[in-house]
Formats: sequence, C-alpha cells, structure tokens
Amino acid sequence: MDLISTPLHDAFSPYALSFVFAAMGLNVHYGYTGLLNFGQAAFAAVGAYAMGVAIASFDLPLILALIIGLAGAVLLALVMGVPTLRLRADYLAIVTIAVAEILRLIFSTSFKKYFHARDGVSGFTAGFRSINPFPEMPDGFLSFSRNDLWVMTVGWILVALVCLLVWALMRSPWGRILKSIREDEDAVRSLGKNVYSYKMQALVLGGLIGAVGGFIGGMGLASVQPDSFNTDFTFIAFTMLILGGAARVLSPAVGAVLFWALLSFLGVLLTKLSNGDNPIIPASFMSPDQVGNIRFAVVGLALMLLMIFRPQGIFGDKKEIAIDAR
Amino acid sequence: MPDDMNATPEEPTRTSQSVPVADRRNLDADLVGIATEPGVPKKDPIVVATKITRTFGGLTAVDVEHLEIQRGVITALIGPNGAGKTTFFNLLTGFDQPDTGDWSFNGRSLKRVSASRVARLGMVRTFQLTKVLSKLTVLENMRLGASGQRGERFWAAPFRFLWSSEEDAITVRARELLGRFKLDAKEDDFAGSLSGGQRKLLEMARALMVGPELVMLDEPMAGVNPALKQSLLGHVKSLREDGMTVLFVEHDMDMVRDISDWVVVMAQGKVIAEGPPESIMADQRVIDAYLGAHHDTDITELEESVLAAEVEAELLADHDGDNR
Ligand SMILES: Nc1ncnc2c1ncn2[C@@H]1O[C@H](COP(=O)(O)OP(=O)(O)O)[C@@H](O)[C@H]1O
Ligand SMILES: [Mg+2]
Repeated sequence: MDLISTPLHDAFSPYALSFVFAAMGLNVHYGYTGLLNFGQAAFAAVGAYAMGVAIASFDLPLILALIIGLAGAVLLALVMGVPTLRLRADYLAIVTIAVAEILRLIFSTSFKKYFHARDGVSGFTAGFRSINPFPEMPDGFLSFSRNDLWVMTVGWILVALVCLLVWALMRSPWGRILKSIREDEDAVRSLGKNVYSYKMQALVLGGLIGAVGGFIGGMGLASVQPDSFNTDFTFIAFTMLILGGAARVLSPAVGAVLFWALLSFLGVLLTKLSNGDNPIIPASFMSPDQVGNIRFAVVGLALMLLMIFRPQGIFGDKKEIAIDAR
Repeated sequence: MPDDMNATPEEPTRTSQSVPVADRRNLDADLVGIATEPGVPKKDPIVVATKITRTFGGLTAVDVEHLEIQRGVITALIGPNGAGKTTFFNLLTGFDQPDTGDWSFNGRSLKRVSASRVARLGMVRTFQLTKVLSKLTVLENMRLGASGQRGERFWAAPFRFLWSSEEDAITVRARELLGRFKLDAKEDDFAGSLSGGQRKLLEMARALMVGPELVMLDEPMAGVNPALKQSLLGHVKSLREDGMTVLFVEHDMDMVRDISDWVVVMAQGKVIAEGPPESIMADQRVIDAYLGAHHDTDITELEESVLAAEVEAELLADHDGDNR
C-alpha cells in the first residue's frame, strides 16, 4: 500500500511545495521571458532566512518577517539583474549561479550569531502554528501531521493564487511583451518597449514567487539550513518545469508533483525489491542504501526519454518552447 | 507635414496606381531647387546627421559627413551590398553606437538614446532580416506594436477590465492595417508560418502600429512577390499622404524610381550622391559605385565594360530585383 500512499504523501508535502514555488518562479523567468536564472535557490534561501532570522533573532511578528523576506527577494533580483539584463542572456546565467553560491556560503559560514552555520535557523514556527485551525488527525491512509496539514493548506492555496496571477498576467499585453522578449528582444525594442525594464519586472516577480517557496519550505521543515539551497535545488526545479512544460500556467505545479511522486515511488519500490533475506534485486547489483542515488539515475533516464519523445513537456506546446530541443 | 491637399482628390480608398508624376512633384516642393550635392541642407529636415562614423575592426562601415532627410517625403537609400546602409540604420535608431558623430530627430539629439526611446519618439524601423515574432499570431504581432498601452503596465495587467476596451480599439486598428497589407486572412496564424514576403509585410504593418512620424524600411520589397509589390508601393505612397516621412533601403530600381522623391546613394560607408531619382539614375558616380562593388574580383577590361553596361542597364532600364 505504501507504493501509493508514500508517493502521494511526498508529492504534496511542504518540502515538495517549496519546489512548486521555485518552478513557478522559473516559469516566469525562463518559460515566459526566456531569462536563464540558475540561481533560483538564492531567492528561496533569502525568503527562508529572512523570515527565520527576523522571527528567531529579532522576535518580529510573522507578517513583518514575510515582508522583509519579500523585500530581500526584490533586492536580490536587482543585484542580479542590474548588471546583466542589458547584456547577452548568458551573463544572467553566470551571475545568478555565482550569487546563489556566494549567498549559500555566507549563510553557512558568516554571521553565525544569526545564521548558525550548518545547523541553520530554527525556532520561528510558533506564530504560524498558533493560528493552525486543524485538530490532530487520526492515522489513516494518508497521515499528515497537524503542522504539515496547516503548511500544506496555506501552501497549496498560495499555489492556486500564484497560478491565477500568472494566468492573468500572461494573457495581458504585459505578458505579450514578455513572450516577445523571449523570442526576439530587438523586435520588441524596435516597437518602443523598454526591454530592460520588462526583464527586470519578470526577474523580480519570479524571484518573489521563489521566496514564497522559501517561506513554505521553512515552515514545513521548521528549520532553514544552507545546504538545502545548493545548485541541485535550482536544477531540480528546472527539471520539474520542463517535465510539466514551460510557459504553461499549471505545468510547474503538475511537474513538481509528478517528479516527487515518481522519485518517491521509485524509492519505495527499489527499497522493497532490494530488502529482506532473499531480495529480488541481488545485493551484488544494488544494496538498499544505494536506493537514494539510483532512483535519481532512473528519474534522469526517464527525463531523457521525455526530452527525446516529448520535448515540450506534458502540457507544453511545441511551437512555444524557448529552446529548440528538437 | 501633409501639405498634400491637392495630392489625393481622387477617391477615398487608396489604389495601387502610381500618383501621377505631376501630382507627386507637388508633395516635394520643398525639394525643388535644392542642389544635388551630398550633404545638402534641406528646407525642413526631420533627421540631421553629422560626421557619423562606425568601424568594425579595421573596416569603416559608415563614414557619413553630413546628411539631412527631408520631412514628409519618401527618401530612398541605395548603394551596393556592404555600402553600410543597414549599419547606418542601426546607428540612427540606437541599435548600434557610432564611434563619432551626432544626429538629431525633430531637432532632438539622439546621441546615446536607447533604441526603444527612439521608437517612442516616432522613428520606427524594420529589419533587413525580418524580425516577426513567429510564436505569436499575426494579430498579436500587430497588437504588440501599439504604443503606450495601459495593459502593458504591471499593476494594470492582471485586471482585464482596465485594458480590454483599449485592446479592442487596438484590434480594430490592427485589422484595418492587416487588411491594407492583405494579411487579414492570416490574423490567427502564427507569424512563423508566413512566407518571407508576408513577414516583410507584417513587419511593416506592425511598425505602423507604433504610430511613427518617420518610418525606416530596410529592404521592404525583398522576397515580396511581384503582384504584391505593386500594392505595397501604393501603401508606401499612402504613408506619405498620411503625413509620414519614409526612408527606405531598396535595390529594386523600379521601386526607387516609382515612389521616391529623393535618393541618397551610399558606397563604402560614404554618401556619394543625392538628388531626385531621375538625375541620380544617370549620375556617373552612382554607376561607378555600383561597378566598384564588383571590383574585388579580378576582371579584364573587356568584362568591365560589359559589366558597366549591365549596371547602367540595371539602374536605368526596367529590371526586377536581382538581389536579396
Ligand atoms: N556587426 C558587424 N561586425 C563586423 N562587420 C560588420 C558588422 N555589421 C556590418 N559589418 C560590415 O559593415 C559593412 C556594411 O554592412 P551593411 O551595413 O550591412 O551594408 P548594406 O546594408 O549596405 O549592405 C559590410 O562590409 C559588413 O561586412
Ligand atoms: Mg543591408
């Protein structure tokens, strides 16, 4: 039974939610505008750390902590965008990946009084948990803790709101400009649009969405650690986006849920197959403690097949993908 | 300015026939009696460029001493391939920066003004290699062109009721232009599915959506089929009747002779001649310049004289675009 319940549990968990937001942000950046942001982890990190430190170290109210987190994301977008958005696309990619790594190093080695190095920030969830309306749940088919349920409820409502916002924006003349920039900046410039300003707006919006993912992830795990925001975070979010299909409103959410479900399913399956006295998969081939890595390899293989046979992703329209995957 | 009250007395709808020469001459009365030397001052210039140079490595692509573009008329910019016409367009419109020089539009200096600002000021260009947005529909391409849309502002964009009526008005204008350019049947197709010639038409129509004062067309006729060319000529002329100024690069001498009021000739980055089309076509410097373009290949004197005759024929006689 856990072949179904565990993947379902994981795919909607608070941890998966933080990736949904990261992927939704990347959808604005890359899917609609064509901006290659390889530092999406930094936006989630800034959101999570700003919220965590503001509450844990400075005792600020939750709302204020969230506002600081969002302001931090805007600032980060400006830091990344101001020097690069006038230049060729590759510069943004290089700068974002560098800024994200630098930030992660700062969080893990500096200002230990606030960031607590590798241990990370904790002790900031009380305020959020105190407004939890849910009673403790009885154990059932899908059992989430009361806290998880609260984070998930808020998280998925926010996902729906972000989807609504992205949908409303992308059908507007504003969205039309972003999609045009994705295809040919010079054409857009020749029509009198300030391309730089629109790229900056897109970078800020996608970054803000990523920071919300940081809030949700932090509340879900009740701690914020530097290593959860490494480059893998960004690339997994990209993978989810591409799995769902870039430049579609719902695809980041669907892609993220499917990705986690698949990963979790493989984990359970491979563990079952390689466990016990007489495992179906012999230990000489794969031991149970290798499951964690092998499942990533299998998911990678599945994604390669997807890119070959359906490069536009699950929902995507082939005519609209930014990079010609062919 | 549209001092063309007596130029369009015929019908309310514009035809593709040429405006009779006599009428046409009325339009550019300002150009009458102007010397035909390179860089001559015009009576009412919309663009004034001085000492514009642009080098790529060792190559001087543009080296324009002085050039004025008369307002309200159609000016053709011709010259052999590699003469620097496209580069000059890029410099004027802010898509490239010159090494030296200053230029102004409506008396306002455009030095270091961004390309998008130049377009908003009313100087809109098209590209030699068309830049239609192939993943948008034809109609969306057109709507994108409209300036100052409320729905293009972030805070207004999510609320459709704030911009839907404006969008409707834009759509009406877009459809009217698409009709003029014979693209109305294609409005829901992706622009990527259009032929090369149709893309040229779409790009030109889209540029008009911006509401320009000066339209700069880089080889608008390249790849457009001959049947459409005729009606396109009519459209370009109608732009002038609407009070716009047109500057276009073209190799098709028919078109140049037929619709331009003034011709500027560039060769090797310099303006080597300018004047009314009839006198330019017969100008020895111009013929030499076109010939000069063939000079890099080794040719004998006999071949050269044959070539000279060919070029002369190309410039003078009827000849349909041999160039892309
Ligand atoms: N970006 C560039 N880099 C190097 N050389 C260039 C560049 N753009 C144009 N040129 C050179 O400048 C000259 C003028 O080119 P161009 O303006 O395209 O001519 P035209 O439009 O008259 O055919 C050519 O010799 C061309 O090779
Ligand atoms: Mg050219």
